[in-house]
Amino acid sequence: MSAAAPITADAAAVAALAPPSAPAVNEVRDAAAVASFINIGERTNVTGSAVFKKLILAGDYAAAVEVARAQVENGAQIIDVNMDEGLLDSEHAMVTFLKLIAAEPDIARVPVMVDSSKWSVIEAGLKCLAGKGIVNSISLKEGEGPFLEQAKKVMRYGAAAVVMAFDEKGQADTATRKVEICERAYRLLPGIGFVPADIIFDPNIFAVATGIEEHNNYGVDFIEATAEIRRRCPHAHVSGGVSNLSFSFRGNEPVRRAMHSVFLLHAIRAGMDMGIVNAGQLDVYDAIDPELREACEDVVLNRRPDSTDRLLAIAEKFRGDGKAIEKATDEWRLLPVEKRLEHALVKGLDAFVVEDTEEARVLAFNSGGRPIDVIEGPLMAGMNVVGDLFGSGKMFLPQVVKSARVMKKAVAHLLPYIEAEKTEGSSSKGKIVMATVKGDVHDIGKNIVGVVLQCNNFEVIDLGVMVPFQTILKAANDEGADMIGLSGLITPSLDEMVTVAAEMQRAGMTMPLLIGGATTSRVHTALRIAPAYKGPVIHVLDASRAVGVAGTMVSDTLKDELVAATAREYEEIRVKRAGNAQSALVSLADARANGFRPDFAAQPPVRPAWTGVQTIDDVTVADLIPYIDWTPFFQAWELAGFYPAILSDPVVGESASNLYADARVMLDQIVAENWLRPRGVVAIWPARRDGDDVAIYEGDNRAEEIARFPFLRQQVAKREGRPNSCLADFISPDGDWLGGFAVTAGDGIEAHLARFKAAHDDYQDILLKALADRLAEAFAEYLHERVRREIWAHENGPKQSNEELIREKYQGIRPAPGYPACPEHSLKRQLFELMSVTARTGITLTESFAMLPTASVSGFYFAHPQASYFGVARIGRDQLADYATRRGVSIEQAETWCRPNLD
Amino acid sequence: MTIADTLRAEAGKRILVKDGPYGTAIQKLGLAEADYRGDLAVTHDQKGNNDLLNLTRPADIAAICDAYVAAGADVLATNTFNANRISQADYGCEDRVADINRAAARIIRACADRAAAADGRPRFVAGALGPTNKTLSLSPRVSDPGYREVDFDGVKAVYREQIDALVEGGVDIILIETVFDTLNAKAAAFAAAEAGDALGRPLPVMLSMTLTDLSGRNLSGQTVEAFWHSIAHVKPLSVGLNCSFGATELRPHVVALSRVADTLIQVYPNAGLPNDLGEYDEAPETTGGLVGDWAATGLVNIVGGCCGTTPAHIAALARAVAAHRPRQVPRPAAALRLAGLEAVSFAA
Repeated sequence: MSAAAPITADAAAVAALAPPSAPAVNEVRDAAAVASFINIGERTNVTGSAVFKKLILAGDYAAAVEVARAQVENGAQIIDVNMDEGLLDSEHAMVTFLKLIAAEPDIARVPVMVDSSKWSVIEAGLKCLAGKGIVNSISLKEGEGPFLEQAKKVMRYGAAAVVMAFDEKGQADTATRKVEICERAYRLLPGIGFVPADIIFDPNIFAVATGIEEHNNYGVDFIEATAEIRRRCPHAHVSGGVSNLSFSFRGNEPVRRAMHSVFLLHAIRAGMDMGIVNAGQLDVYDAIDPELREACEDVVLNRRPDSTDRLLAIAEKFRGDGKAIEKATDEWRLLPVEKRLEHALVKGLDAFVVEDTEEARVLAFNSGGRPIDVIEGPLMAGMNVVGDLFGSGKMFLPQVVKSARVMKKAVAHLLPYIEAEKTEGSSSKGKIVMATVKGDVHDIGKNIVGVVLQCNNFEVIDLGVMVPFQTILKAANDEGADMIGLSGLITPSLDEMVTVAAEMQRAGMTMPLLIGGATTSRVHTALRIAPAYKGPVIHVLDASRAVGVAGTMVSDTLKDELVAATAREYEEIRVKRAGNAQSALVSLADARANGFRPDFAAQPPVRPAWTGVQTIDDVTVADLIPYIDWTPFFQAWELAGFYPAILSDPVVGESASNLYADARVMLDQIVAENWLRPRGVVAIWPARRDGDDVAIYEGDNRAEEIARFPFLRQQVAKREGRPNSCLADFISPDGDWLGGFAVTAGDGIEAHLARFKAAHDDYQDILLKALADRLAEAFAEYLHERVRREIWAHENGPKQSNEELIREKYQGIRPAPGYPACPEHSLKRQLFELMSVTARTGITLTESFAMLPTASVSGFYFAHPQASYFGVARIGRDQLADYATRRGVSIEQAETWCRPNLD
Repeated sequence: MTIADTLRAEAGKRILVKDGPYGTAIQKLGLAEADYRGDLAVTHDQKGNNDLLNLTRPADIAAICDAYVAAGADVLATNTFNANRISQADYGCEDRVADINRAAARIIRACADRAAAADGRPRFVAGALGPTNKTLSLSPRVSDPGYREVDFDGVKAVYREQIDALVEGGVDIILIETVFDTLNAKAAAFAAAEAGDALGRPLPVMLSMTLTDLSGRNLSGQTVEAFWHSIAHVKPLSVGLNCSFGATELRPHVVALSRVADTLIQVYPNAGLPNDLGEYDEAPETTGGLVGDWAATGLVNIVGGCCGTTPAHIAALARAVAAHRPRQVPRPAAALRLAGLEAVSFAA
């Protein structure tokens, strides 16, 4: 094989195995390759883990179960259980352990690999597995008879099997022998009905660079054999225990890690798709020191006769490095407990937080203190450091959210003790009731603000999403809150916020009202919300401002000043608006006369390859990953910059890279464990423009109208030569077609969010929501491409790159109700009914037309090459009245729907 | 053509109908303890030992079966849900297990053959294996999660005894039903495979899981997809769901199973959820309508009734599915399909 080939996707495969803190690889395109490597946990293996062995030998099964739990929590997709130890009754140990983990749903959710060199131990283990696991291993060592006998048993117990490249002559070392033995087994197994996809070959990874010349080619033998086995044995898998490879560098972890990464890069590319790997013991390929990497490449690929000597020569240099790192990692554990807690909070490390918190609690207790002192003392001190770093721009949101996770775990540990004392909770800085308003379901931003406030010692009462004003007011009163924070993403939520403000006024409340969320603005707050409530109303631009504003609101000295300043500022906005600061509107009739006129003669509507409504359920998350537009993902975390440049940004680069690496790890999990099921629907109808409406029809003769979509037209006075556009303009009055779609990537998300919530893990919670949103957008992009290329097939020519797709360099548009070209959300209801969206995809609409799951996108397809995006912006009363008539609703109803475009 | 081939061929033409329950049908007979025990020399109180009626009241059992035949059933199960050594121990009838199963199989065999001879339509006799009242995956002792009342080989032997007697009595298929613990079902399937080895021909198996809560897991915690992955090696003639809840609540789980299982789907729900008195009162037309809707959306191949359904329900659902085409068995791509409590697939 060619050794020096450039690496992109494969590097990602290795990156995917690396710990989350590792820097990310930018140019990842082939997501499927990343997802295709199955990581088998090896910590519950007495031959591989000294810790586990000690626990089992001591009979401490409770602690051994925790090892399994940690492994699953850390992302092992399968756990390998091995009890082969001379001092043990292995059968008994295997059975005892498997029965115990069967009782732990967190562990038992993943399949088990029953690992033993003794068949009796394997069979005893199989008798304990309700699920379908893997046997590791069987082989031709004793000949075909016993091999098939064991394989038959494996089938009867309902398991897959690792087949080791071992025959009557011994273990295969050369590529030829490995392939020959595996292929022989592959030809024998179907004879007894063994499914090829249930075969996992282990062609033996042996130690290289041992000083014995015959060993030098072992890496190459494995890699070449892997490629050939995958070619000759369709559907079978290839696995191996990677740590054997670097056996001769025992004690020099940095070199071992580098060797493993280099080896995996090539082995995965050759087709190895499973492995027993300690994910913590891998480096990102690109991050390995070039000199070390080169030497490892030489050794693994046996590129020169002196490879071993050269690696040995530099190995010592890197051992020093490694030790220094290890010492640094350990050193903080030697600090006093307060400092350890601070370190854990600042670095977002949760591994020791519970034991450290417990130590601090016991310490406090022994000196006459109370559990609450731990929160108010060392934990708050640590969070203050986090707050300062965040405030001074030295820490960014993703890190802060990780810190919050550590804090929450510590608090969760202390809570039972605090409650046992039955005393009042911590005297926090202040109490805020937060909610996403009725009709809206979006909460990423609200949750981020909540976390940041908690980090700054605010008590946050989070009421969740779709909260009616009654609940918000009641909670604020019952809890004695210092302020209320409202959030919303879709435009109808703006009205709902006005309602909440008005109800607060009616109830005679005086506490400050904070407004936040993507569609909210200073202007809207000033014009609409503030006048409805006499108490302080303040628009908060983003999470980093939230702490300052909330802090000021509970300060006796600073509050009045900010309230007065804000009131002045909002008054100025109102005055400015009232004065003729707005651009003039033309009459609806004039706007229509100045509509956009596509050249239908030169570019007539393209007859679609298909019309009707169809469900799209053949799409997987892996298909969507290449279509992700990452820039908004970073925006959600308040990291400014464009992807991929943001990863190397001098200010936020490190934070962005870490976040991106975590996101890729989660994406891999989403794919491998099927967390999310993308579902969609697409429709294309015969259509015709009728004024500003688009009428759609049952048949191609356009005789039977089944529905019509009324669209809004720009009314702002335009410069000469600029049209007053309306989406209907892009449809020919003489016969055309209109498309519709709805997609979601949120099906399945709830179970995982519940899991994160239970683990007090806001970071993963927000990460998953943000990723699901990106996947839904990616799905919309993907489906639009399929519509343009296959379903409608109105576009040909070379496919666009993802960058071009992001810059909308395609033919036709896919505007969504609620967005500028089609700002009125209620059209979604009609679109949903026409395409039976809820029945086909599970997406539902709230009363304010927000989609649930939130990771959903719906809209229209306009195919004309001259169709382009625009913003309707402000409309006049004449259009409102006309729209109400066309829509068949009262003026009042239309006013509610079109509010953001009025005035 | 083996019996499995015949069933598959019939199922390719139409949605097949399975019978209804014996438990609730026997309840309606209002039998006294003396009716149960007949003239057998048994020690314990036998009231409620429905399986024993195969020996003491064979005509009653045959009458129930005939009523289901008249309602249109193609798949006829034996009245042997508790006819295993573990469950019969409660009645001191462990040593009558073989007799009960042989008799049960012979009764249904005779009904089925009579029906087939009358109208030329094949009927299939399924020997029913219940879950027993002991579980291989869970500990009954809260403080000792590693403890088990039974072991795999023991449960396998219990099932083997029952299977051998059912086969001797003439059943075509082994129906492992109401599976609340997948490991018990795996032991039963293992026993069926070994019984097939002894017979020198494969013994076709049907598997039917029961869910214990609306989130769609069985008692041992598996999802329906995980259950399928765990028992797919049996290559069952059909897989499905029974009991659990009514058809309304069962639907999402039928959809999930139907999507993944590359074999026939068999579902037999209860007549709705029990009312305040613990009785099932869903009208036959209602059950028929709900099951008919499954058929209309191509989810099922074999339908029948469980707790609370009557011959009227079976007739109603037979009418409701008659017009619909059977579900097409999907052909999923090759993949390594594994399961813990949850299912995972790795592309091959």
